[in-house]
Amino acid sequence: MTGTINLAAEVQQASGIANLAWLLLALPALGAAVLLIAGRRADKWGHLLGSATVIAAFVYAVLLFFDTTSLAADDRTREAHLFDWISIHSLNVEFGLRIDPLSLTFVLLITGVGSLIHIYSIGYMSDDRDRRRFFAYLNLFVSAMLLLVLGNGFVTLYFGWEGVGLASYLLIGWYQGKDFAATAAKKAFLMNRVGDVGLALAIFLMFKNIGSTQYSVVFDKIGEQSTGVIVAIGILLLLGACGKSGQFPLQAWLPDAMAGPTPVSALIHAATMVTAGVYLIARSNPLYSLPQAEDARLVVMIVGAVTLLIGCVIGCAYDDFKKVLAYSTVSQIGYMILAVGLGPAGYAFGILHLLTHGFFKAGLFLGAGSVMHGMNDEGDIRRLGGLARKMPITFITWTLGYLALIGFPFLSGYFSKDAIIAAAFSEGGSRGWVFGGIALLGAGLTAFYMTRLLILVFLGKPRWENLKSEDGRAYHPHESGWTMTLPMIVLAVGSVGAGAVLSGMLPEWLSPTLGELVEEHGPLSHTVIAILTVAISAIGAGIAFALFGRREQPVTRPQRVSFPVRAARADLYGNHLNEALFARPGVWLTRFLVFVDNRGVDGLVNGIAAGLGGSSGRLRRLQTGFVRSYALSMLGGSILVIAALLMVRFA
Amino acid sequence: MTPTYYLLLSALLFTIGAVGVLVRRNAIVVFMCIELMLNAVNLSLVTFARINGSLDGQIMAFFVMVVAAAEVVVGLAIIMSIFRTRRTASVDDSNLLKY
Amino acid sequence: MSALLLAQQAATHVTTGEAIAFWVLGPLALAGGLGMIFARNAVHSALFLVLTMLSLGVIYMVQQGPFLGFVQIIVYTGAIMMLFLFVLMLVGRDSSDSVVEVLRGQRLWATVFGVGLAVLIVAAVARALTDVRPVGLAGETANGGQGNVFNIGKALFTDYVFPFELTSALLITAAVGAMVLGYVDRHVRGRKTQKELVEARFRGEHDRPSPLPGPGVFATSNSVATPALLPDGSVAEESLSRLIDATASAKLDEERKAVAGTLPGPDARALAPGKEES
Repeated sequence: MTGTINLAAEVQQASGIANLAWLLLALPALGAAVLLIAGRRADKWGHLLGSATVIAAFVYAVLLFFDTTSLAADDRTREAHLFDWISIHSLNVEFGLRIDPLSLTFVLLITGVGSLIHIYSIGYMSDDRDRRRFFAYLNLFVSAMLLLVLGNGFVTLYFGWEGVGLASYLLIGWYQGKDFAATAAKKAFLMNRVGDVGLALAIFLMFKNIGSTQYSVVFDKIGEQSTGVIVAIGILLLLGACGKSGQFPLQAWLPDAMAGPTPVSALIHAATMVTAGVYLIARSNPLYSLPQAEDARLVVMIVGAVTLLIGCVIGCAYDDFKKVLAYSTVSQIGYMILAVGLGPAGYAFGILHLLTHGFFKAGLFLGAGSVMHGMNDEGDIRRLGGLARKMPITFITWTLGYLALIGFPFLSGYFSKDAIIAAAFSEGGSRGWVFGGIALLGAGLTAFYMTRLLILVFLGKPRWENLKSEDGRAYHPHESGWTMTLPMIVLAVGSVGAGAVLSGMLPEWLSPTLGELVEEHGPLSHTVIAILTVAISAIGAGIAFALFGRREQPVTRPQRVSFPVRAARADLYGNHLNEALFARPGVWLTRFLVFVDNRGVDGLVNGIAAGLGGSSGRLRRLQTGFVRSYALSMLGGSILVIAALLMVRFA
Repeated sequence: MTPTYYLLLSALLFTIGAVGVLVRRNAIVVFMCIELMLNAVNLSLVTFARINGSLDGQIMAFFVMVVAAAEVVVGLAIIMSIFRTRRTASVDDSNLLKY
Repeated sequence: MSALLLAQQAATHVTTGEAIAFWVLGPLALAGGLGMIFARNAVHSALFLVLTMLSLGVIYMVQQGPFLGFVQIIVYTGAIMMLFLFVLMLVGRDSSDSVVEVLRGQRLWATVFGVGLAVLIVAAVARALTDVRPVGLAGETANGGQGNVFNIGKALFTDYVFPFELTSALLITAAVGAMVLGYVDRHVRGRKTQKELVEARFRGEHDRPSPLPGPGVFATSNSVATPALLPDGSVAEESLSRLIDATASAKLDEERKAVAGTLPGPDARALAPGKEES
C-alpha cells in the first residue's frame, strides 16, 4: 500500500462557474417543492417541470465538467462553502460542496441517467393520475442524491443519505394500495436503518477521535489514529454501505424494492442510490488505503465476493423479470465493492464498473419496464416469450444491454468487469486466487441467468397467447412510445460505447481524488484473464441456451426441483436467517419488555396510585362532618403538644 | 396551702369544660362548656396576678370577659339562626361539611 | 423593714380564712362543672354553671381581686348566663339530649383524653410551682396605694388603652353581627300573593281549587246548619261545618225538605204567606 496520498492540502476554493454549484441541489429541490405544494393544479405541467429541472441540472453539470477539465490536475479538487450548518462548541459542521473528479463523475451519472429516466417516466407513468407526485419524489431523490455525492463532509453526506432513503421509501411504496408494495417499502426502510446506524456510529467515532466530520480534516488526520479506531470506522462505514447498496447481509430489501414503478427500479435501485455504498468507500479511500486498514479492506472484499455470488445464484432461480435484474444488481454491486476493497488497485475500476453498470442496468430495467408496459404489467417471465418481433426496439436495446452486462468483447461490461477480475487476481497469493476465482465464477453465472432471461422473454414461443392477465385482459404486446424508447436507445448506445471510452481516461481523471491507479500484475496476465472471462461467460450462456432454448418451457414454475434451486428460490434462506436471528428474538424481547412495562413499570406506578387512592379513600372517612370528633382530635393533638413540651422542659 | 391549689382547681375546671364540649350534643350546652373553660383560664390568670404581684393578670382576665361576652352574643345568634332553619340545636345534625 | 417582711409573710402564707373559703368554694365550683356536664336538661346545666361562676366570683374576691369578682358576678352570671337562659327558652328547653351516643368511641376517648389532660396539667403545675413564693398584691401599683379599682382603671386607661378601645370595636361588631344573624325578613319569606295562591290551588297543592261552598241559608231558615244544595238538588256535604256533622241528620230532615222544595211552599205569586184561597 504505497499509494497513500495527502488530499487535504490540495483543496482549492471554488470560483467562477463552480460557485453556482448549489444550483445542482436547488433546481431539483425547487422542482420537488413546487410540485408537492402546488398539488393537483400542477397535474398538467408537473412532469414537464420535473424533467426540466433535472435536465437543467445536467446541462449545468456538463458545463461544470468542462470547467474542471480546463484546470490543472492538481487544482481540480475544489470546495464551495455555502454556510455554517451546525456550530456548537467543538462541533462545527460546514455546509459546503466538494467539487472534484469523483463527485463530478457521480453528478454526471445522476443527472444524465436521471434525465433519461425522467423522460422515460413521462410515458411510463402517463396512466397514473398521481404522475405529478411521482415526479416530485423523483426530483426529491435527485436533489438528495446530489447532496450525498457533493457534500464536503460526512454529515452532509449523511443528510443526503437519509434523503435518498426517504425518497426510496416513498417510491417503493408508490402503489400504496397494494400490500406487498407497502411491506416492501417498510422493509427497505428498516433494513436501511441498520446500515444507517453503522454510518452514524462511524461519524460519531470520527468526531470523538478526530474532532471534525469534514472530509478535509478527517482524511488529513485519519492516519494519526490507532489501528483499532481506523478498522472500526472502516467496518462501520462498510455496514452503512451494505445497507444502502444491498450487500450481504443486508441484501434482502433490494429485490423487494422492485415493487415500485420500473423507472424507480432503474434510477434508484440500479443506477444511482444503491451505488452510494461504493461511493462512500471510494470517497473514504484515504482511510481504506492506510496500511492499518488492511483488515477493514479484507472485510470489504469478503462482503463484496459473498454478495456477488449470492446475487448470481439467486438470480438463476427467480422467475420475476425485475427481481432477476435486482439480484443481478446485487451481484454487480458486489463486484464494485470487491473492487474498491482491493484498494488503490481497484478504486478506479469500481467506479468504472459503476458507471458502465449505471448505463446498461438502467437500460435493462427500462427494457423490462417497456415489456411490462406492453404486457399489462406482467412480470412473470414464464408467461412471456417470443416478444422480439412485437417489440423490436426494446429487444435490440435490451440485447445490447445484456451483451454489455455479460461482458461481450468490446462492449462496456467487458472493460469494466474484466478489469475488476484482473485486479482481484493481482491481489496475489491465495487471496488473489480465491477472490479472482469467485469473480470469474460470478461472470459465468451472470451469463447463465441473463441468457435464461433473454430466452424466456424475447425468444422462444409466445406462451402468453392463450393466457389472460390477472385483471382478465388478453395480452396485446406493443412497442412503447418515443418518450420510452428514446432513453432506452441512448442508454443502449452508452452500454455499447461507455466502457471503451471511459476505461482509458477514467483512472487518470479520477486520480486527484482516488490516487494514481496502481497496476499490479498477478499470476495471470490480462490477456489470459480476458480470454478466460469471455470463455466462462460463453460457457454459462451456452448452458443456459441448452437448458432453456431448445425445449418448450412450462408456464408455471416447476415445483419438484433440486435442493440448490429451492434454496436459491428462497433467497438462499437470507430472509429466514434474518427472521431467526433478529426478527424473532426482537419480537421476544419486545414482548418481554412490553410485559415488564405493563406489569413492572405500570404495575409500580398504578400500584402507587391505587395505594394512595385507596388509603386516601379510607382516610377520607375521618372527615365525618361531626364537629365533636374534630374537637376530639384537636384535644388529642393538644395533649400531644403539651406532653412534648413538658418532655422537653423536664427531660 | 399555697395559691398553687387555685391553679389545680383551674386545671380541673378546664378539663371538665373540654370533656363537656366532646360529650354534649346540645349546641347551647357546648357553648356553656366553652364558657367554663374560659372561666377556668380566668381563674389561673387571677392567681398568676397574685403570684407575680401585678394587676396585669386581672386586666387580662377582664379582657377575656369582654371577648367572652362578644363571643356569646354572636355564637348564640348563630345557634338561633341554625335553629330557625333546621329546627334543631344539636351539633351532630349539622354535619354536611364532610367527604 | 419589719413591716415589709410581715407583708411578705402574709403574702406567701395563705390565711386560714382563705383556706376555708377555698375548700368550700373549690368543691362547689367543681360540683357545678360536673353537674353541668351530667345534667340531662339544658336549663339545669345552665343553673349548675351559674353556681360555678358564682363560686369563682367569690374566689376572685378572696384572691384580692374585688373588682373582677363583682364583674364576674354581675356581668357573667347576671348578664351572660341569663342570655343563655333566654336562648334556651327560645329554642325549646324541652329538647334534652338523647342518651345514645352516635359517635363510636366518642365518650370513651373523651374520658381518656380528659383524664390525660388533667393529669398532664396538674402534674406540670404541681411540679413547676412547688417552690414559688407568691409576691402578693400588696404593692403600690397593685392593691396598695389607692386600691384595686383605682389601679385597674389607671392601667386600663394608660397602658392598656389601645386594647381597651379595640374591645369597644369588638363589642360593636358583635352587636351588629348578632342583629344581622337574628333578623328575619318576613317579606322575603312572606305570604303568597293571590296569583301564586290561585296557581298553587290549580296545581293541586290544596284540597280543592275553589273555596268551600257556603251553607244554604235561605229565608226559610237562618241556621248555618242548613246545607247548600247542588244543582241537581242533592245536598252538598261540604257546605256544612264539620262541627255540625255531629248534629243528628234526622233533626235536619224538615229543613232539607223545605229547602229542596218538596214541602208545599208558598205560592210564588202570593204576596204573603197564608193568603192562598184561590
